[in-house]
Amino acid sequence: MEVRAEILIAILASGLVTLLPRVLPLMVLSRFELPKAVADWLKHVPVAVMAALVAQSLFIAGGKPVTGPTPEMAAALAAFLVAVRTRSLLGTVVAGVACTMALRHLF
Amino acid sequence: MNGHIGCAKERPDEKSLFLEGVKACLPTLFGYFSIGFAAGIVEKTAGLSLLEIALLCLLLYAGSAQFILAGMVQTAFSAIAVTATIFFVNLRHLLFSAALAPYFRRTKPAESFAIGALLTDESFGVASDHAARHGAINEKWMHGLNLTAYLGWFAANMAGASIGQYIESPTAWGMDFALPAMFIGLLVMQMQSRGELSADIAVAVVAAVSAVFFSLAFSSSVGVILATVTAATFGLGVERWKSARKS
Repeated sequence: MEVRAEILIAILASGLVTLLPRVLPLMVLSRFELPKAVADWLKHVPVAVMAALVAQSLFIAGGKPVTGPTPEMAAALAAFLVAVRTRSLLGTVVAGVACTMALRHLF
Repeated sequence: MNGHIGCAKERPDEKSLFLEGVKACLPTLFGYFSIGFAAGIVEKTAGLSLLEIALLCLLLYAGSAQFILAGMVQTAFSAIAVTATIFFVNLRHLLFSAALAPYFRRTKPAESFAIGALLTDESFGVASDHAARHGAINEKWMHGLNLTAYLGWFAANMAGASIGQYIESPTAWGMDFALPAMFIGLLVMQMQSRGELSADIAVAVVAAVSAVFFSLAFSSSVGVILATVTAATFGLGVERWKSARKS
């Protein structure tokens, strides 16, 4: 159960460079009224970032484009349908994981 | 369901707001657990000690960054290279923090710090959905959401690191898909509650296409930031164009 110095330094340094972008806008930007254009722009960030993360996980593997249909794409479709129908986050995750597992065992 | 939250005339007490935040986090815990469990296994097999893994979860607290650090432990390890890589990977939090800032204008600096320090993709997704539905986010609610996710992530990593070796490959169980599935759920719910479906679909498509393009051209961490900036700018343009046509 030891902590090596070089690992500790890496954890502290990477923790710090992660912490700053997390806290600075919240502490600084909340002090004054944002221009309307900036506030309107920021309202699009949640949809944009979630869509970007989904696309990355489905269409890129190991820095290369994914060619052809994969079990994950079918599972994503199942998860999407469950999300639209139920609005349940847990249901969506369970459907996606179950579908991935089933398809990986089948093929 | 909890439509009374955030209503000014009858303010629920702080404890129940905190518990509402805990409750809002529960549906994401399955996702946190499976990814955190996998992270724990990867960190342990990379040669990190339990104490190092605990520090990693508590001080870094970022899924993809922890995988990267663990991966680099096995190869030539350089604290500077790890830190520089993780800085770019986690720079997207800047956008999350900025997007939530307007909801915490009356929040004390120490509380804003605490809220920002525990921001993740998932807590940002859940909080944005809450904001779209209620028009406001209470600080105590946000702490409940954040702390539950933080402790859940820590517990899952420790569980994976201690008992992961007895479990055969977690990918066979489809657990690695928990994270993309969670993003899909958060995306759909966000779009349903904002009530601007056609604009949101356009933004999502632009984000997806540019995420693939920028990730291949640069790297996936730069890709997600450039895609978000491109799609949000596109969304603002569409919004302005629509309102100009109306007037």
